[in-house]
Amino acid sequence: MSVFSTPRGIVTRSLEGSPGVRSRKRRGAIVSWIYVAATASAVLALAVLLWTIWDRGASSLDLSFITSKSSSRAERAGIGTALLGTLWIITLTALIAIPLGVGAAVYLEEYAPRNWWTRILQTNISNLAGVPSVVYGLLGLGVFANILALGRTIITGALTMSLLVLPIIVIAGQESIRAVPLSLRQGAYALGATKWQVTRYHVLPVAMPGILTGTILALSRAIGETAPLLVAGASGYLTFNPDSIMDGYTVLPVQIFYWTSRPQDEFRELAAAGIIVLMIILLMMNSVAIVFRHRFGKRARW
Amino acid sequence: MVQRGFIEQASAPAVSPLTAAGLPPRQLDLSGGGRRRGGERLISGILLACGSVSILTTVGIVAILVGEAVAFFLDVSPAEFFFGTRWTALFRNPSWGVLPLVLGTLMVTAVAMAVALPVGLMAAIYLSEYARETTRSILKPVLEILAGVPTIVYGYFALTFITPNVLKPIFPNTNVFNALSAGIAVGIMILPMVASLSEDAMRAVPSSLREAAYALGGTKAEVASQVVVPAALSGIVASFILAISRAVGETMIIVIAAGNKPQWGLSFLDEIQAMTSYIVQVFTGEVVRGTTAYQSLFAVGLTLFVMTLLLNIISQALVSRFREVYQ
Repeated sequence: MSVFSTPRGIVTRSLEGSPGVRSRKRRGAIVSWIYVAATASAVLALAVLLWTIWDRGASSLDLSFITSKSSSRAERAGIGTALLGTLWIITLTALIAIPLGVGAAVYLEEYAPRNWWTRILQTNISNLAGVPSVVYGLLGLGVFANILALGRTIITGALTMSLLVLPIIVIAGQESIRAVPLSLRQGAYALGATKWQVTRYHVLPVAMPGILTGTILALSRAIGETAPLLVAGASGYLTFNPDSIMDGYTVLPVQIFYWTSRPQDEFRELAAAGIIVLMIILLMMNSVAIVFRHRFGKRARW
Repeated sequence: MVQRGFIEQASAPAVSPLTAAGLPPRQLDLSGGGRRRGGERLISGILLACGSVSILTTVGIVAILVGEAVAFFLDVSPAEFFFGTRWTALFRNPSWGVLPLVLGTLMVTAVAMAVALPVGLMAAIYLSEYARETTRSILKPVLEILAGVPTIVYGYFALTFITPNVLKPIFPNTNVFNALSAGIAVGIMILPMVASLSEDAMRAVPSSLREAAYALGGTKAEVASQVVVPAALSGIVASFILAISRAVGETMIIVIAAGNKPQWGLSFLDEIQAMTSYIVQVFTGEVVRGTTAYQSLFAVGLTLFVMTLLLNIISQALVSRFREVYQ
């Protein structure tokens, strides 16, 4: 014991006191502050961004701004038509993309055989998630608007958006289905359930909170997307409200884009007010997603 | 026998345990008989169809891009498109050299990387190696919010804050639209992605590596920068490449803040045009289907698609290598 403790004590003391160790420790402290500063600058960027938007837009924000239609006169213009368009697009996108996405996720996790076709499907989905959104706009324009002759309508926009969010929903769905313990499936099979019964009554209910969280996040991305709808045919200036899926439309981000691209200050302020509304919608959707994750994440225990 | 079936299922979840166990389904199927099996087959067909929609999407993208691009190249020689340095698509006598648009994209991407890579990596080191659990649980959601801000908002921020309030005071000859401000905003946008993916890679480094480095007398900063970062390097590089791919495909920030004037030169304080912003610019005017201008969109789109696809494939290859090492 003493044989070991004595040299160890000596070594430690001599190292602690040596100028080399002290300067290395000092350097370490400086470096750690640089890391903190880098992280803080990201938070600061967010704070400045939010403050700038609030500062410019808050004064134009009132009830008539939210309900009014678009107008060439800034003091009368509002986001009513754009909000309605966003509601149309998101509802249809959800109706199209959620069943397809969850179906694809179930197929890949529960049904797909391990062969070259499944591998292609899987690789393809992760590559689609990385395709720039403006390219989806070109797809929507070329296929839905022109070849299928749907024109610059709500249904074109919704189909384009559905394809854009599909890979996100599939990947989120796969992750939550994969997290369902195997024992649950085995228990159901042991009682004689068929594959679909196992999936429908045991796997999906357990995976549902995760699937919903991923879906909400995917839809909130769709709400903020501008480029694909701009390319696939949303208009920036619309003075009538759409009332069928074959009508022209505009959405909130596209409306914000048109206001931002006008040089007058009044329209820039309107754009900022529109951004505040957009961010509040996104914040609400994200809070719902977080609540889902917490509420249901804790209940399920095995 | 049945148990072996379940074990097989653990490694290959696709195999039905009943068939894997070698039992003919008919013996077990007590209730529905043929009707039930028919339903099962129908459902599995529907699910396969859902999965195949993604393939159709890819086929659709490639077909529409290649189809229109081929029509474009019947009018314009590929040599002019890929090597020309003048892009005046909407003029009466148009020139179709795509290089100014590619250069515009690369300029914005370069600025974005100069912002996002160092800051993102340092933030990742802080979050993974230094931050306490409570600090992390606050900072991660903040980064998530930053990642969830729509790009149109960053565009607005670049045009109405970064250019007039940050760049103008430093460089008085800054144009209202410029590559630098768009690049900074794109950098802020991709920063959370770099930070969180790099952090994931660093947290996957086994703690035994850190402990060994501490045992040899390394300080915390030395362990982080000389042991953890090199060990997580392939994951970090993958996050960088994914970030580059996002910046190359970014549209709205560049449309709003960098303007619409193709440039063949490296002036970061001037108006430029990127590939994505050309596509949007054409649409804010009217474009007639079948014209060369319409087809040029798809030629530019195809160039963009191939560039981002290559970057994504490289990134995936790096990530799968990094998974092999630590699992």
